[in-house]
Amino acid sequence: MSRPNDGTLDRREVVAALMRDPQDLLVVTGLGAATYDVGITGDRPENFYLWGAMGGSAMIGLGIALAQPRRRVLVITGDGEMLMGMGALATIAAAGAPNLAIAVLDNARYGETGSQYSHTGHSTDLAQVAAACGWTRTITARSMTEVEALRPRLRTENLFAVVRISAEEKPRFLPPRDGAYLTTRFRRALGIPLG
Amino acid sequence: MDNPTWQLGVYAALKAAKISQIGYVPDAGHAHLIQAAHDDPDIQAVVLTTEEEGIALSAGAWLGGQRAVVLMQSSGVGNCINMLSLPLNCRMPFLTLVTMRGEWGEFNPWQVPMGTAAGPVLTAAGVHVRRADSPDDVAEIVAASAALAFDSQVPVAVLLSQRLIGAKVFVK
Repeated sequence: MSRPNDGTLDRREVVAALMRDPQDLLVVTGLGAATYDVGITGDRPENFYLWGAMGGSAMIGLGIALAQPRRRVLVITGDGEMLMGMGALATIAAAGAPNLAIAVLDNARYGETGSQYSHTGHSTDLAQVAAACGWTRTITARSMTEVEALRPRLRTENLFAVVRISAEEKPRFLPPRDGAYLTTRFRRALGIPLG
Repeated sequence: MDNPTWQLGVYAALKAAKISQIGYVPDAGHAHLIQAAHDDPDIQAVVLTTEEEGIALSAGAWLGGQRAVVLMQSSGVGNCINMLSLPLNCRMPFLTLVTMRGEWGEFNPWQVPMGTAAGPVLTAAGVHVRRADSPDDVAEIVAASAALAFDSQVPVAVLLSQRLIGAKVFVK
């Protein structure tokens, strides 16, 4: 059955395009497939993968962005994770963080738990939610051409992007999941002295 | 707005602990701190839609080399529990100041359940819980709790008792 928000893009191709030549981009990934998608593009200390704390990725991105105003922060997450932390869209818009962007890989499903339809598969348009929360730049990408155009914008603008991906499940790729290790190497990459 | 001396002491303790981000869901008991944070050019004050956002904000601040504190009311503690896995797994500091409701001359029965549960559920979730009952030692307790959180990298909650803050008075 086709749903209004069903996408066609290959999630691994999308994330490979977004992460190509990442330079010093600081990346936070939402738990589940977004973590695997970013991990498989090449593990790096500037990637902070969530394996839990569902709903927290955007706010972690905000905390980093406020602390590191001269660095770019990109949150890559799924529709379910973003829905759980949807209030963060209002919080981030109110706080203002020009160096933060969010890309939601929207397959309209909870892929980790049996592909149940999420709210974006029923009625919710997250880009419109972000706009209503006060994000002045929102976009929905449905083709790889549009994804390629997103790549530089996600590294220069305070942009909220929804990418309509297909619901096809991919082989899992498991990047590191030791939170203390991920934290220490991320801080070290920023040159923060050990406590 | 009341501006008791102990609130000035708490703000000074947070500044001495090098806090630079303050996330909050408003409470009357935190009103002075919230205003002071917004007036302070060295502090980024972030209004939250729900308390667990503050835990994720604090984690991001730490990843970026800053220190954060979260201000909430006891009713917000219940919103935080799963997100507390973040600082625990990542061996990150977390500091929150919790104004207590439902424990001292409470008028509103809806405040009583989380007021009663706040301390035990925080403890069960792995948070070190401290409690301030007297205006004379609240600043010292906040200072020591900040040191525990940031030097030993553990989550710490300071419960500011309803007796300290003053029970909310409802006038018909």
